[in-house]
Amino acid sequence: MLSPHGDQDLTPAVGSQTDIAPLGCRGAKPGHERTADEDIDPVQWDRIAKDTDFKALVRRKMRLIVPATIFFIVYYFLLPIGVGWFPGLMEKKVWGDVNLAYAYALSQFFMAWILAAIYVAAAAGWDKSEHALLRKFGVEHK
Amino acid sequence: MSTVFPLAAAASQTSLWMFLTFVAATLVITWYSARKSSGANAYFAAGRRITGWQNGLAVAGDYMSAASFLGIAGMIAMNGYDGFMYSVGFLVAYLTVLFIVAEPLRNAGKYTMADVLAYRLKPRPVRAAASLSTLTVSIFYMIAQMVGAGVLVRQLIPGVSYELAVIGVGILMVVYVVFGGMLATTWVQIIKAVLLMGGSILLSILVLQRYGFDLGKFFSSLTAITSTTADGQSVTRNFLTPGLIFKNPWDQISLGMALLLGTAGLPHILIRFYTVPDAKTARASVVWAMLIIGLFYIMTTFFGFGAASLLGPDHIAANGGTNMAAPQLARFLGGEIFFAFICAVAFATILAVVAGLTISASTSFAHDFFVNVLHHGKEQKPGEEVRVARITAFVVGALSIVIAIVLGPSVNVAFLVGLAFAVAASANLPVMLFSLYWKRFNTAGAVTGLLVGLASSIVLILVSPDFMKNPLFPLKNPALVSVPLGFLGAWLGTILSREKPDEAKFTELMVRANTGLGAEKASAH
Repeated sequence: MLSPHGDQDLTPAVGSQTDIAPLGCRGAKPGHERTADEDIDPVQWDRIAKDTDFKALVRRKMRLIVPATIFFIVYYFLLPIGVGWFPGLMEKKVWGDVNLAYAYALSQFFMAWILAAIYVAAAAGWDKSEHALLRKFGVEHK
Repeated sequence: MSTVFPLAAAASQTSLWMFLTFVAATLVITWYSARKSSGANAYFAAGRRITGWQNGLAVAGDYMSAASFLGIAGMIAMNGYDGFMYSVGFLVAYLTVLFIVAEPLRNAGKYTMADVLAYRLKPRPVRAAASLSTLTVSIFYMIAQMVGAGVLVRQLIPGVSYELAVIGVGILMVVYVVFGGMLATTWVQIIKAVLLMGGSILLSILVLQRYGFDLGKFFSSLTAITSTTADGQSVTRNFLTPGLIFKNPWDQISLGMALLLGTAGLPHILIRFYTVPDAKTARASVVWAMLIIGLFYIMTTFFGFGAASLLGPDHIAANGGTNMAAPQLARFLGGEIFFAFICAVAFATILAVVAGLTISASTSFAHDFFVNVLHHGKEQKPGEEVRVARITAFVVGALSIVIAIVLGPSVNVAFLVGLAFAVAASANLPVMLFSLYWKRFNTAGAVTGLLVGLASSIVLILVSPDFMKNPLFPLKNPALVSVPLGFLGAWLGTILSREKPDEAKFTELMVRANTGLGAEKASAH
């Protein structure tokens, strides 16, 4: 179809910032108009995925995430299990009139915060490896 | 319970003014965001320029509903320790969000949870199923909040009817979402979270002041709480003892499962991670949220148990019932002004949560269903996606007003909240896990998983003790059975279909999720 505006991009005229291909645009976009996403060579995904540094990064993440997840799930479910099936134990007083049931429930908050802190500390290291990896492939995002 | 307790007209006036101030402030923000924002990125994801602590507060604001604030305080005040077990699950659940969901979602998605689910699968069937489960979760949760809002407003401000309250809340939430989009909704959450934390901290300090800030003395006062049972007998119980209301431990396990796995599948929480510039900020915002949510739920100890020991369950029952424990405690400790403030905070809480739910429902409908299912991922006209979302928000708002009014104030809505968590845990989470980590996973598996999780949660709730006198299913929350069914459905659907997984797309998703390469950028000013 012939457009009265020729090859001109109509998007600015419509005044709406959209994320689909600009109207009336034919052919490839010039380099400066490409988004970060479009800049990436499709072959790149495969090359990064096969890279030993990338594999090491994923393995390092999993080495923390999998055991930490199992740990917090077990730690959490010990509360309803203890309260439900071992009430005698959970009613033992541990500090003044505070019983084990309350103390253990309260400890879950600190458990969650500590695990979150460990995760954040580890993730700072992952961020560094991620930057190094992307630099290696020349696809750094700022 | 329709007890009209003596309420000084002045207090209800003050409360009304405080609430109107909140509404006015949020409307100014809405007006400001409407003027500023244009385009889909701005409307659905606040231009992805929210900072870590802001988003942390907003996530906390979206999560700490009136059910948490008034409901848990009331449960602890009436029956002690068991209510506190809810508080624990609500926080620990955020570890699932932090470890498994937040960063991959921000890295690989655009506006909704389905972006990640559909990434390497056939987008149309997966998005249609994901949109259905998102709409189910959001609308059920919203109806629960709307009914709660109507009941509360009627209790808090005599003279305002249930219907009027529901319509008022409904109109406000539609205005925020239709005109202000994600930016306005986010700021409504932030303000509400600050108000709620302020109110809770003040309430906790005033309670502890009564005990000379001696925690030992505070806990000792809980060991002998006297209340009257249904048959008129007076009993004295130790409120720190577990099992005063929850008799079946399996109920607790099932509920815990729904909370732990469901939070990471709640659409209105997940879309918040698209409003920040990158995955690192998404991570920081979960940590901020965990800090705020954790402090809040620890404080339920002070205002929940504090209400039990300072007011007593009988006094609370006679003055508005379970939900009024926190406001009544505020009146006892700080007089009418503080009572009015806590009531206004409760309104703000409800309003903010329904706005968050409305935007998650309308985003999913516009982005997943309208653009990607009906129109194969292309807008017919620029700006159409946003226009559809606005219309959907309007329809969703109107629909929930009507449903909330038809159901009326006396319907039991607690199960709707449980249902929302159960659907999120049984339908959304298994499919999200598999699509991120299981190479073989395919479209048939995703659709089966979503539909089995959704259907089993709904069916099991319909035959549960909440609905039937002689229940076919003994547990109040279906998660214990429906979550394994959701996983099973996703697994069976995958291995039974002959469809080949797209390995190149899986590789791409892996690299994207782990490095943030090609992730959606924050928009320039």
